[in-house]
Amino acid sequence: METIQIDHVQKALEDLAHKDVYIHLETTNGAYARHFDSNAYNVGAFIRNAQVKYTQAKIIGHESYRVGLKTQLGWIYAEGLTDWELDDQGRLLMAGHDNEGRLMVALEISETPFK
Amino acid sequence: MGQHVAIILPHPDDEAFGCSGTILEFREKDIPVTYFCGTLGEMGRNMGSPFFANRETLPEIRKEELQDACKELDINLEMLGYRDKTLEFEDRTEVAKDLKQRLEEINPSLVITFYPGHAVHPDHDAMGAAAIKAVEMMDESKRPEVWAKAITHNRRELLGEPDIVRDVEDYFEGKMRAIEAHRSQAEGMMKQFRDSPNLKEINSEGRKLLKYEEFYKWTF
Repeated sequence: METIQIDHVQKALEDLAHKDVYIHLETTNGAYARHFDSNAYNVGAFIRNAQVKYTQAKIIGHESYRVGLKTQLGWIYAEGLTDWELDDQGRLLMAGHDNEGRLMVALEISETPFK
Repeated sequence: MGQHVAIILPHPDDEAFGCSGTILEFREKDIPVTYFCGTLGEMGRNMGSPFFANRETLPEIRKEELQDACKELDINLEMLGYRDKTLEFEDRTEVAKDLKQRLEEINPSLVITFYPGHAVHPDHDAMGAAAIKAVEMMDESKRPEVWAKAITHNRRELLGEPDIVRDVEDYFEGKMRAIEAHRSQAEGMMKQFRDSPNLKEINSEGRKLLKYEEFYKWTF
């Protein structure tokens, strides 16, 4: 993955608009957060292969980005995205990593279901 | 000592951190060991700096690491095909039935798994519970012994002293090689031990966790 370049990601988001797409969305601070720091809480959310069609998409931010997708019936958004990649299967992968390369949030969009 | 040991843990690297010294000792005595690994650790967070993986490439990377670690430990590997972090939401009886069938094929004398409720990660607890249920479902005369691994901070307070404490110092190099075979995990995990806010306590516990492998004997 590479550091997000906002223009490139905006274009990739628009290329996938108005199509049936599959979404992977997750956020996590790790299953051991509380184990290693008793003041911490384990939080996370995960959805894989939600099928949606979005009519509008925007990426906004500076260094760390927010992506919002306006779907036919609602919204999807992710905050804290830092890196992106269009992989060899044409899937748009976006993720936010901390300074040590640990994933904190991910939003991925694909025209075919994720494995 | 058993004649065939089954290890039932959910993530690639649980075996290396948790019981690889014990595994190496069994292998030195020529006792076969089979690792039933629940998932491919698909939801691992450590992508490296610089990145060596993304969410979609991580499973294949961890699968190769798992195979390397099992080669290092000289053990059989069976991958159960569940998905990381979803194991506790599977039907426990179905998971147990599948495990029971697999266990009956190798007829183990010992099963090593996590201590349900004392294993910190939801997958650990769920895998341990399913493994123990699988053994419970077996005919009493065929039941292997079960050693359960507890890793909660308060395990001694609640469970008492572990029944089995193995000093694996003699196998430490092999153990470190098994841990390091899980390249995507080893660095992050070791760093977490070093950087924890409860630094002193965790560090000494971290070292102890690696030098000593402790288990509670499960009673049915």
